Amino acid sequence: MSTATEPVTPVAVAPSRGMRLTGWAANYIDERTSASTAVKALGRKIFPDHWSFMLGEVALYSFVVILLSGTFLTFFFDPSMTEVEYEGSYVPLQGIPMSVAYQSSLDISFEVRGGLLMRQVHHWAALLFLAAIGLHMMRVFFTGAFRKPRELNWVIGFLLFVLAMALGFTGYSLPDDLLSGNGLRIIDGMIKAVPLAGAWISYLLFGNEFPGTDIIPRLYVLHILLLPAILVALIGAHMVLLIVNKHTQFAGPGNTNDNVVGAPVMPVFAAKAGGFFFLVFGVIVLIASLFTINPIWNYGPYDPSPVSAGTQPDWYIGFADGALRLIPPGLEIVVFGYTVSFNVLIPLVGLLVFLAAAALYPFLEAWVTGDKREHHIAERPRNNPTRTAIGAAGVTFYSGLWAAASSDLIATHFRLSIEGVIGALQFVTVAGPFIAYFITKRVCLALMRRDREIALHGYESGRIVRLPGGEYIEVHEQLDDYERWKLVSFEEYQPIMIRPDSRGRITARQRMRARLSRWFFEDRISPVTQRELESQRH
Amino acid sequence: MADGHDGTTSGETAGTVVESHASTAPSSGVAVERADRIANPGFRPERLRVTDLDPAKERQAERTVSGLFLLSVAGSVLAVVAYVAFPIVEGEPNSIRLNNLFLGLGITLGLLGIGIGAVHWSKALMHGHELVEERHGTRGSDDTRAKAIEVFQAGNAESGFTRRRLVRNTLIGALVATPIPAIAIFRDLAPAEDPVALLKQTMWKEGVRLARDPSGTPIKASEVTIGSAFHVIPEGLSELESHKLEEKAKAAVLLMRLPLDRLNERDDRKGWSYDGIVAYSKICTHVGCPVALYEQQTHHLLCPCHQSEFDVANHAEVIFGPAARPLPQLPITVDEEGYLVAQSDFAEPVGPSFWERAL
Repeated sequence: MSTATEPVTPVAVAPSRGMRLTGWAANYIDERTSASTAVKALGRKIFPDHWSFMLGEVALYSFVVILLSGTFLTFFFDPSMTEVEYEGSYVPLQGIPMSVAYQSSLDISFEVRGGLLMRQVHHWAALLFLAAIGLHMMRVFFTGAFRKPRELNWVIGFLLFVLAMALGFTGYSLPDDLLSGNGLRIIDGMIKAVPLAGAWISYLLFGNEFPGTDIIPRLYVLHILLLPAILVALIGAHMVLLIVNKHTQFAGPGNTNDNVVGAPVMPVFAAKAGGFFFLVFGVIVLIASLFTINPIWNYGPYDPSPVSAGTQPDWYIGFADGALRLIPPGLEIVVFGYTVSFNVLIPLVGLLVFLAAAALYPFLEAWVTGDKREHHIAERPRNNPTRTAIGAAGVTFYSGLWAAASSDLIATHFRLSIEGVIGALQFVTVAGPFIAYFITKRVCLALMRRDREIALHGYESGRIVRLPGGEYIEVHEQLDDYERWKLVSFEEYQPIMIRPDSRGRITARQRMRARLSRWFFEDRISPVTQRELESQRH
Repeated sequence: MADGHDGTTSGETAGTVVESHASTAPSSGVAVERADRIANPGFRPERLRVTDLDPAKERQAERTVSGLFLLSVAGSVLAVVAYVAFPIVEGEPNSIRLNNLFLGLGITLGLLGIGIGAVHWSKALMHGHELVEERHGTRGSDDTRAKAIEVFQAGNAESGFTRRRLVRNTLIGALVATPIPAIAIFRDLAPAEDPVALLKQTMWKEGVRLARDPSGTPIKASEVTIGSAFHVIPEGLSELESHKLEEKAKAAVLLMRLPLDRLNERDDRKGWSYDGIVAYSKICTHVGCPVALYEQQTHHLLCPCHQSEFDVANHAEVIFGPAARPLPQLPITVDEEGYLVAQSDFAEPVGPSFWERAL
């Protein structure tokens, strides 16, 4: 382990022609941009290594793939909703009236060499982008990597997640096929349920009554200009804060809260990350060459009357669609003649609350712990049982909604009644989070207890020894200091004691905070201390 | 989210007392700090890789990496070859599949060769030691912060931003007002009609024949046998010059004939059906999907989007799912030629609910 960059002894040899050219170019650029300052500051920046740190990279690289393949698609796509009669090469649709947007999507698939490949690369990359964002968010959540000083970057990441969903949905709608048109119809129905302004918002958005002839060109502008521009800007901010805050690292021998241990950007991290970009790109192209995604020619052009059984959205919108499905019948009231559709408003508001809770969680935890230090060590999820249990509850809630988006397919595949499936998923969504919370918290505490035991007494070696008295024992092997460090180096918190303030009063806010802090830290396991370890050894 | 900065929560445990921002040692809150923590054992002794120890392995890794890069070149060439060698031939759908497959595989090889090669290079051949960098607090140094405060104070003093209150407040007012036109100019996103009035009417009116979707041929009552179901549009919809889909999105209807003894009709709608033939709006009252699945034996309609179920035998009332209202019924009868016609428009707005629906 070297603690500083080892200076390379300069060797006096005449520079080669290539080196002279590089030197000239570097000088040319530096004299005009001061680029050497950036290279000096960032060139040997250290990035810690762990497989889970790769998830954010997958998201970033799939976004680059989306930009590249999407640019290709814009050269051929025409978002107009003018009605034409199809005369292209796909026989089953010949002579059928459709929008220019749908026709040009068919043409990209069937007339342009590589067009279908790029469509599939674009779609698969979008699915991977959202999956990677979701996993990356979970990694950050469960390791507490959102704690100070990274709360704002969590919020930026959250906005990226929401934008990615918006980009996905707008893009999914562009081909104007039957499936995506039904998706827009559902959005229209949800918008109309908004109190006071619903009918007007829908009217203005669609430029007329649903479906109108404006929505696809409008979504197109959002999809290829406005939303990506915001997304790119936020990714930039995300990366700048990543550099300013430096990456978190897991506890390990030698790793402290005040250092970063890992590979320097130049050359190891650059090579690994650069190579990884090509790996992600390559895997997406491989999937796109082998597996069909969104075969719009099977669905036909959008028409408000037909629909096929088993409709469901792309996976990342599933949780919203599932929320609509899980609402019990009859939740609509008329007050003073005005209609209030709780069957749509409850899912709508419920999801907004769920998303807001995810966005604001870091601030809640900061308030509960009152911990204002910077945290750069990523926690093992077990070492913060309440947070991990809250996360598991959130994941369960999301999964219940998500599974509900396929309620009809679950019913047909497993030969169940749709009513039974919905009922079961209602239970999973409502009661599941509590069950998941309880189980996760107990599992975490049990794992911590186990860690404690192993740190103190060592692990079972599997070696059975017979003592002179005839007794058999299994020999316990002690951990070495490096292995033990992983098990004992975690942060421990205790609940707040309520005390009166300077005016001798206990405010409601304090009570609330004390209650929350008791909820978080009442059940806790302390790390093994040096004294315990020594008394164990004697 | 407010926290212990406001000075009112002093007296709690550490971390909630008033925090002095001049201090660089922030509070640890309710964290437990123990004196007898186990000490960090420091870095593990370094382990060398096989390529560090064995020059032969090192050369082998070098060959592997450059081999992978060459493979990538071959892949990119193959992709171009596939682009030319597998053209899309009109009338041969399989040619699209082959073009997609081989072009894609060529590009894949070109990308994965670089990817695997670069990662292998970094892992096997590049200097493998971990390096350590110190972290520093994210906040600027006290000195920097003092300078920043000076900048703001100078800016304030020189502009009089807090001193000249009238100027400041009128500026804020002006800034708040400027986006208002930007909101107003969006009114023309849609024509100057009232959407609510549009939502409350459809193409159906007295005497309009019920026609098949999508052919547009009218339906005779005698053609509707017991147990059958028709997807229906108003006659004349296909000939519309504009707003065809908008009208269809409101006027789509399902027509079914039930045995008379199974049909349970509301008293005030006794005259809305014809000889067991009933017509209901096809647009779901939940969020507007077409309720396209008819179960002939149970006379249930199922919406494939969110699984609302409607009982046709029982004036299309909701028996399951998120929908709250029955499907609106279209009053029908027959004309003198025996064709099914509408008696009038729907008696209520079709499709998803909206605020002004019941007004």
